[in-house]
Amino acid sequence: MSPLKLKKGSTSHSAYNLRPTFSDVSERHTIAVIVDNEAGVLARVIGLFSGRGYNIESLTVAEVDHEGHLSRITVVTTGTPQVIEQIKAQLGRIVPVHDVRDLTVEGKAVERELALFKVQGTGDKRIEALRLAEIFRANVVDSTLDSFVFEITGDVGKIDAFADLMRPIGLVEMARTGVAALSRGNQ
Amino acid sequence: MNKQTGARQITGAQMVVKALKDQGVDTVFGYPGGAVLPIYDEIFQQNDIRHFLVRHEQAAVHAAEGYARSTGKPGVALVTSGPGATNAVTGLTDALMDSIPIVVLTGQVPTFMIGSDAFQEADTVGITRPCTKHNWLVKDTDALPRVIHEAFHVATSGRPGPVLIDIPKDVQFASGTYVGPKQVETSHYQPRLKGDIEAIEHLVELIETAERPIFYTGGGVINSGRAASQLLRELVEATGFPITSTLMGLGAYPASGKHWLGMLGMHGLYEANMAMHDCDLMINIGARFDDRITGRIDAFSPKSQKVHIDIDPSSINKVVKTDVPILGDVAHVLEDALRLWKARGRKVNTAKLQKWWSQIEQWKTVKCLSYKQEGKIIRPQYAVERLEALTKDHPNRFICTEVGQHQMWAAQYMGFEDPNRWMTSGGLGTMGYGQPAAMGVQVAHPDGLVINVAGEASWLMNMQEMGTMVQYRLPVKQFILNNERLGMVRQWQELLHGERYSSSWSEALPDFVKLAEAFGAKGIVCSDPDDLDDAIREMLAHDGPVIFDCLVAKHENCFPMIPSGKAHNEMLLGEAETQGVIDAKGSVLV
Repeated sequence: MSPLKLKKGSTSHSAYNLRPTFSDVSERHTIAVIVDNEAGVLARVIGLFSGRGYNIESLTVAEVDHEGHLSRITVVTTGTPQVIEQIKAQLGRIVPVHDVRDLTVEGKAVERELALFKVQGTGDKRIEALRLAEIFRANVVDSTLDSFVFEITGDVGKIDAFADLMRPIGLVEMARTGVAALSRGNQ
Repeated sequence: MNKQTGARQITGAQMVVKALKDQGVDTVFGYPGGAVLPIYDEIFQQNDIRHFLVRHEQAAVHAAEGYARSTGKPGVALVTSGPGATNAVTGLTDALMDSIPIVVLTGQVPTFMIGSDAFQEADTVGITRPCTKHNWLVKDTDALPRVIHEAFHVATSGRPGPVLIDIPKDVQFASGTYVGPKQVETSHYQPRLKGDIEAIEHLVELIETAERPIFYTGGGVINSGRAASQLLRELVEATGFPITSTLMGLGAYPASGKHWLGMLGMHGLYEANMAMHDCDLMINIGARFDDRITGRIDAFSPKSQKVHIDIDPSSINKVVKTDVPILGDVAHVLEDALRLWKARGRKVNTAKLQKWWSQIEQWKTVKCLSYKQEGKIIRPQYAVERLEALTKDHPNRFICTEVGQHQMWAAQYMGFEDPNRWMTSGGLGTMGYGQPAAMGVQVAHPDGLVINVAGEASWLMNMQEMGTMVQYRLPVKQFILNNERLGMVRQWQELLHGERYSSSWSEALPDFVKLAEAFGAKGIVCSDPDDLDDAIREMLAHDGPVIFDCLVAKHENCFPMIPSGKAHNEMLLGEAETQGVIDAKGSVLV
């Protein structure tokens, strides 16, 4: 039995040894949670993650059904299969939660993130930034004589790659929305 | 009159009282303050709901818990904003850990002052979010009745728990339209009651073939209602399987039943823990594999198939991997299981079962609870055993406890024949729980014999409630096992911390007889084992609250004990075995 790969604050060093019979391989899951759009509901979800020591890699939330007052929270989290099961069960237990869907289990989901990049520079750097933006289909949404703000959408990997390329060119600031996701297919 | 609907307008405070009545509430425990005065004004002007004035808000919540646990109905507490709400937090957490349905109403500063650090303002819904099943801040009087009805629904549906409604003072004053429970649209919160029939069939198959089965039951059986206990009894008698229970589940199966092995866990009985360790089929009904029960997880019942019946999906596979999970209400699942098992011919593996029982009988010969009462000092086990002997025939006996050694001795040496007769803080381990809980039990059962088995240290944590008991003539008997020590802390220091008894003695204790008299109650002190029976009879004969100061042996340890980090079959049975039993790894555990 190898030790659990859990982050700081976990119980892996406690002699409680709570999870010996489960797989210890960490997985990344995208979970969609449909909730009543009421005061404090986001705090309930976040409080659950912090209170029980789960990870949040990204989180997005917005109202998706104005008449039904329903919001959709998309959480990207990592954990062992047993932790992921617990996260879903614990989310499902929150009273204003209507539905919990593990998009990673349901099949390959469409995942998109929007990001804004501010890139500073003149001369060759400025031209290179524009050229790369074109390759990545990023739009210029603001411009000065020595800077651009690019808007880019894509999956997490694409945005990470764009950031890696822009960094040496003069990336000074970045804002990311976190992942929004839907399952593929007609269901 | 509302111009649009023609419905009569009433104030928020009137709505609170009306909604409580419509929910069948007859009792409220509370403490007034500025932010709940309009509600208190309405309570004053009616006679259907009785209000009991406690002496501390924590006690109001524990009293509501005692009321709920002894009746199966939700308990209600009413406290003011700020400190009233923060004092309720321990009770809310206690109720959450033990799944007790209670509704707590808190006052709040007026909506236009929220966030301004007003006098007696606290972010009550923020503070209580992690310690309630759900909570609401009501900012609109028209929403108030719907929220109150929904709150009762949430508190009592699925896995029960505490809910809190925070009501700003201007919402209590403003008028709105009242709606009754029947007029409110159905909540989307509807936990599933029926278990998956295929999983139940699997359980029945396992019952038919098991060689060394055991029922491991918990508070979920009691929360499911009396029908669940009846069905459990029927299933146990019909199959002939042995049964053990957690601290929370005592009374679901009668202690006098012939299949009863006693409580399991850290201070559980030898035969119960050994049977859990060696079984080949464990049927967990409404219990949650708490760390006090399992001991070392990787050595927990290694040879068994585990069936887990629970209404809360997050309890399943949380700690122990389950082979057959059954999500549903205990009574519903047991009914289906019994029906299926009977239809398939009531089969069990009789020959192997007989062998299993003879093994269990052998474990029983260890007599893990034996002790010797010698000399002129009362041993605490003896005190509890005499209390049991002199009260067990009372038709309406309720036992509450505080937390510590006395709690374990009460669980070990007292027998519970029915559910809802045993009120103890299991999950949170709240010292100071027993006295106010007993108060709530006595309010719900005026003719009941309510005894709070206590330690002197725990008891002092909510001793102010003697005033409440005297005021309302609640004849609760406080049976204090006084060893002038924080007994369980002392025991752990002896076993784990080199006998360095850091802050674990009770110095400057009050004279409990004089204390009782100061409150206007009766005090009895007893230190001689020969006087004990007469003193207990004197306590029982007194029609009124009694503090019974039972001076017991000071350094008694609670056995049997599974030391931290050990498995079920590595129990300590007595003093002789305690040298160096807990290694460094075990000592980090609580």
